[in-house]
Amino acid sequence: MMIDFVPLWTLLLAAAVFFYVLLDGFDLGVGILYGLAPERNARDLIMNSIAPVWDGNETWLVFGGLGLLAAFPLAFAIILPAVYFPILIMLLALAFRGVAFEFRNRNKEHASFWDHAFCFGSLIATFAQGIILGAYIQGFKVDGRHFEGSAFDCFTWFSLFTGIALIFGYSLLGAGWLILKTEGDLQDAARRHGRWCFIAVIVAICIVSLWTPLNDLDIAQRWFSWPNVIYLSPIPLVTIAIAFFEWRALNNLSETGPFIGAIGLFLISYCGIIISLFPMIIPHHFTLWQAASAPETQTFLLVGTMFLLPVIFMYSGWSYWVFRGKVRADVGYH
Amino acid sequence: MQLDPLILSRFQFAWVIAFHILMPAFTVGLGSYIALLEGMHFVTKREIYFRISAFWTKIFAVAFGMGVVSGIVMPFQFGTNWSRYADTTANVLSPLFAYEGLTAFFLEAAFLGVLLFGRQLVPRWAHFVSALMVALGTLFSSFWILAANSWMQTPAGYHIIDGRFFPVDWMHIIFNPSFPYRLAHTVTAFYISTALVVISVAAYLIRKNKSSEEARIMLSMTFWLLTLLVPLQVVLGDMHGLNTLQYQPAKLAAIEAHWESESRAPLILFALPDSKREANRAVIEIPLLGSLILTHDVNGEVPGLKHWPRDQRAPVAIPFFSFRLMVGIGFIMMLLITISVWLRSRRRLYNTPWFLRISQLSAPLGFIGILAGWTTTEVGRQPWTVYGLLRTADSVTPSLTGMNVIFSLAGYMTVYLLIFPVGLFLMARMIRNGVAQSVDTIAPVEGGQHRSPISTLGEEPS
Ligand code: HDD
Ligand code: HEM
Ligand code: HEM
Repeated sequence: MMIDFVPLWTLLLAAAVFFYVLLDGFDLGVGILYGLAPERNARDLIMNSIAPVWDGNETWLVFGGLGLLAAFPLAFAIILPAVYFPILIMLLALAFRGVAFEFRNRNKEHASFWDHAFCFGSLIATFAQGIILGAYIQGFKVDGRHFEGSAFDCFTWFSLFTGIALIFGYSLLGAGWLILKTEGDLQDAARRHGRWCFIAVIVAICIVSLWTPLNDLDIAQRWFSWPNVIYLSPIPLVTIAIAFFEWRALNNLSETGPFIGAIGLFLISYCGIIISLFPMIIPHHFTLWQAASAPETQTFLLVGTMFLLPVIFMYSGWSYWVFRGKVRADVGYH
Repeated sequence: MQLDPLILSRFQFAWVIAFHILMPAFTVGLGSYIALLEGMHFVTKREIYFRISAFWTKIFAVAFGMGVVSGIVMPFQFGTNWSRYADTTANVLSPLFAYEGLTAFFLEAAFLGVLLFGRQLVPRWAHFVSALMVALGTLFSSFWILAANSWMQTPAGYHIIDGRFFPVDWMHIIFNPSFPYRLAHTVTAFYISTALVVISVAAYLIRKNKSSEEARIMLSMTFWLLTLLVPLQVVLGDMHGLNTLQYQPAKLAAIEAHWESESRAPLILFALPDSKREANRAVIEIPLLGSLILTHDVNGEVPGLKHWPRDQRAPVAIPFFSFRLMVGIGFIMMLLITISVWLRSRRRLYNTPWFLRISQLSAPLGFIGILAGWTTTEVGRQPWTVYGLLRTADSVTPSLTGMNVIFSLAGYMTVYLLIFPVGLFLMARMIRNGVAQSVDTIAPVEGGQHRSPISTLGEEPS
């Protein structure tokens, strides 16, 4: 007899994707804000604040991708061809920004080229991820087990909008991180940028919350039919509460508040998306169960995952802890 | 002419993986070398090992960064360009890829930060352990990815339902028939390639009279290593070949450009294979040696390509020549270590100018060998992605158009042609600066970061 591991894998994968969004989110956001930093010293500090951890953060992208392949291969095989170009753009942008860490400091003659690579790489990768998100929510053309549309279908007004929204979202996380890791002028600037991003994020959340149900009857049904409307009413209320918390944290002297508030906003929006789509993994076509891999596959991978994930959390946590505290100019790249 | 998404996707895959493999080839070897040096420093407390390690660690950081960004591209290729392959094989292969992430990538990433930036922030043993963990991570990575690749070469432990693979026995899947040989041969190739880079750098530093004390240690250590590994590699290669004969005879026939099945077969040293006429031109061959090498028996039967229908044969010329290139490089390396042993016995290893010069030029040899070997392996597997079971033509994403792939290929070509040469140039420049300088700049960098009194998330969650 086989136990049904699909719910557990759904949870694990959802968590992995969320970790990615959170971790690489702040690190891409820091990359975007990097472009706004006025002078070299500030840039050194900003870069050093993520230099020891960016690789680990990006590993969650790999794990998210491979986890999707392992747990829901059919979804992997349909989604990736459908977002062929956003994926391509994301990968190339990530390549640029990834090498910029080392290249910028070893190639001083072209430091400003690699500064741009870092900032625009982060910006473009974020934009591409936002497009992927938007395209995913809208759903794909499917024939049998294959994506059937064109590689350009994913570029819609909606997905371009989510692309821009994600830029502000990641920047808000990045600002939260910088408030945590820096002091003085740099921290003040991060608060300032954070406030603008916050406003943009709130506007974006409102627009997406209206746009999706207007566009998609299933989603409208899910949220506004009786009695769902009652059960789901905490979601907007909690969102409002977090928004207040975040705004206050950005304006008072709290150093951890802005980061935590930004995480909260992401978490609640993420829950919103899951509620809209569950139990479909390819909207309108395949449920989680239909797209799942063989039970033997899920079991085999689960055994190791349950054992390895806690270990990974332990040593990754240790490595964050080693680099705890405020960054200083003389630490890291030099 | 119609642009064929299949051909273009194959070319794109070959392009991205050929660049990617060069970085692991170097970081697997260098990771272990750094861990060894850190260990020697930790045990003997001699500062010179620390200096050598610090020098290579900075170079490692650049190579690793390029390895990571080119590696992230790889799993996404499976979905974007080879979605039917992904759908068909995922039940069997995906856990191997996922375990690579879980056991290797997280480990490397977390400890790399400490290895690079944390020397003064953690106790000495913890820094050494970080170096060990990074090295271990790169080896785990090789283990899983080569298990997956070997399964595609010699599938085992599966059954097929409705055209898709399902797992039956995980031990058979992971330890499939060609895996032990491929793992041993490839990891040895990584160590050899890295050793040649270290030798090349050491020879350069000795010739320029920079940091020669450190350079002599590097030269001596690595030549000992090569004296061990290169003969081993030839033996492993031979065993790998026997394994291929047994499990992928059609590939072997292509590698050897044998058209007819025959016993007492010759060894073809050079030929121009002609697939249309199903024969070779301009042949130089040694009688009987073919059977002797491939079956270890003069009367052994060696398969010929005509045994298989045309649509199940690999292209012949590419594996034939790339294999000879690899083996040729193996013999050049044998020559190099023979000379080194001879010079060492006469105490002239460090002061024979022509030999230092040759050593300095030998850095690319290993990498060329690796690319040649992989080209043999992968092109020899054609026309299959999973040997004998799943055709390459049935693996490609159905929705792709030729134009789509032209765009993406152009993107990968442009970006890689910028990033990789720049990385190479920067590493070369760090080498020119020599050992001492790299230590000067590394010391202040690692001044204790966390003396600052301000509370943080880690210390005092508020
Ligand atoms: C430094 C690099 C290097 C050197 C000097 C050699 N090889 Fe090699 N060879 C590789 C690097 C490599 C490789 C890149 O690692 C490959 C590609 C796939 C694999 O398993 O290892 C490979 C594959 C490979 C295969 C293909 C197996 C298959 O896919 O079916 C054979 C038969 C050999 N090798 C045999 C040899 C022999 C007889 C050598 C000695 C003279 C030799 N190799 C030297
Ligand atoms: C170990 C991990 C590897 C995996 C899982 C893998 C998998 C694949 C896949 C899916 C393809 C595309 C389908 C095909 O054309 O057969 C392919 C082709 C190819 N790969 Fe690999 N590969 C691996 C390693 C390598 C390496 C290290 C090289 C180094 C150069 C390489 C060189 C090639 C080439 C040249 C092709 C094109 C062959 C052709 O189309 O004629 N592969 N491989
Ligand atoms: C299709 C095949 C391949 C895929 C999907 C793949 C995937 C990846 C990914 C995603 C990374 C970056 C990990 C990180 O974020 O830290 C990476 C790095 C690495 N890969 Fe690959 N890879 C492939 C081929 C290979 C091959 C053939 C080898 C060796 C035999 C290899 C060995 C490594 C190693 C040792 C690293 C870590 C060191 C470094 O980043 O330079 N990979 N790979």
